[in-house]
Amino acid sequence: MALLPRPDSVARPRINRQPSAVVARSLPWLTVMLGSMAPGWLLIASAPVLPPLGFLAFVAWRQLRPGLLPVWAGLPLGLFDDLFSGQPFGTAVMLWSIAAIVLDVIEARLPWRNFLTEWLVAIGLIIAYIALCLGISNIAGASAPLRIIGPQLVISVFSYPLVGRFVALVDRFRLTPFVLIR
Amino acid sequence: MAPPANRRSGFSRRAQYTTFFSYAAGVIGAVVGLILLVVAIVSPGTFAGLRGAAADVTEPAAQTTAGARATGKDFIGTISGFFKTGSEHARLKRELAEAKVRLVEAQATKDENRRLKKLLDLREGDAQPVAFARLVGSTGASSRRFATLGAGADRGVIKGMPVRSSMGLVGRVLEVGASSSRVLLITDTESLVPVRRARDGIAAFAQGQGDGTIRIRLVNLGLNPLLRGDVMVTTGSGGLYRPGTPMAVVTDLLRDGAIARVLSNPSDTDYVIVERAWAPPPPPPPADTQPGNR
Repeated sequence: MALLPRPDSVARPRINRQPSAVVARSLPWLTVMLGSMAPGWLLIASAPVLPPLGFLAFVAWRQLRPGLLPVWAGLPLGLFDDLFSGQPFGTAVMLWSIAAIVLDVIEARLPWRNFLTEWLVAIGLIIAYIALCLGISNIAGASAPLRIIGPQLVISVFSYPLVGRFVALVDRFRLTPFVLIR
Repeated sequence: MAPPANRRSGFSRRAQYTTFFSYAAGVIGAVVGLILLVVAIVSPGTFAGLRGAAADVTEPAAQTTAGARATGKDFIGTISGFFKTGSEHARLKRELAEAKVRLVEAQATKDENRRLKKLLDLREGDAQPVAFARLVGSTGASSRRFATLGAGADRGVIKGMPVRSSMGLVGRVLEVGASSSRVLLITDTESLVPVRRARDGIAAFAQGQGDGTIRIRLVNLGLNPLLRGDVMVTTGSGGLYRPGTPMAVVTDLLRDGAIARVLSNPSDTDYVIVERAWAPPPPPPPADTQPGNR
């Protein structure tokens, strides 16, 4: 529930206004793409310390609004992420698609949702994603030990609620009615 | 909160098909990813063009954030400097006096060096840098250590050129785009640089560990002669890196080598220098007048 904005403020009645269809549809995609690019810009890192913000935003959008990003969204968004992530090309395409399906399966099984269960599910996905990324890049030529992803795991797990908050904020903006109805 | 009720498609054929096809597309996405991954692992250069184009397109934005990063660092430096100014000033004065003496000595050594080289008829290698540019981005969320350089084919950068800062070696150019290029940092686990100890030339290999440190592996195993604080410089053997470029300083000793810290931490370097790839001079022709004198 904490990830969701208060229901009364989402569709605050404004006379003669409606949300822009373009903004409402494109913002989820744009935030995930921004998340893919942002870790590269924040600092020149000499160790993997930044959370994979693109993946976190992707999972957060799928948890906040199931069905808004389609199940196949991992294909285009993952392609975009692969351009900047430094992983072997195709890593994100595969792992994001699988994550979307796994998330759907889990949510169909769970009878209820709250902040803690959503976070726990996301923690599972994040840990699996980062570990698999390391494994795939090791197959592709690197030889990094498992311990180097420790700090990144901790940072990612604890920054997920913040990313969820940000996504909720964007979602609120997405549905703000500001286009004049003629 | 209960999950949304509209997951069930009910008796509507259209809804059933939509659900089915979206899941099918999701599975196809995973399969496409697997295929791309296999292609990328078998021939790593396949998608270099795509990545280069993407880096070129986002390069202006990355330049802006790189500028902001530098400004932020300067700001913090200014504030911390304000509190330490007195002791810093005294220390700098003392160091300057020492450095002046050293400078004169170094000048004398340099002159002598040049004279001796002239005697030996050695020519100075072409040390002209190719480009000065900023490291505008890096793969901070991946276990690989790549950085994006704000100069590409337009500034004469080509694949394989070594990249260094004024402090020491940073990496080498891996892929070149139109206005940006991709640099393999020396802290990446795939980067292996032949080095020697600056003091006496004990040969070793420096391999990145992926966490910002470097593993020094000695060529001659046995007694470990390394000490904490030893500076490792490149040897230039095998070409590529110019010999004598400072690279790392030993921090922890191991049984068969050491763990070292990179001298030019890429997060502190603002501008870097792209150099021409160094080629070792050709071996002298064999002296066949005196066989056995080799």
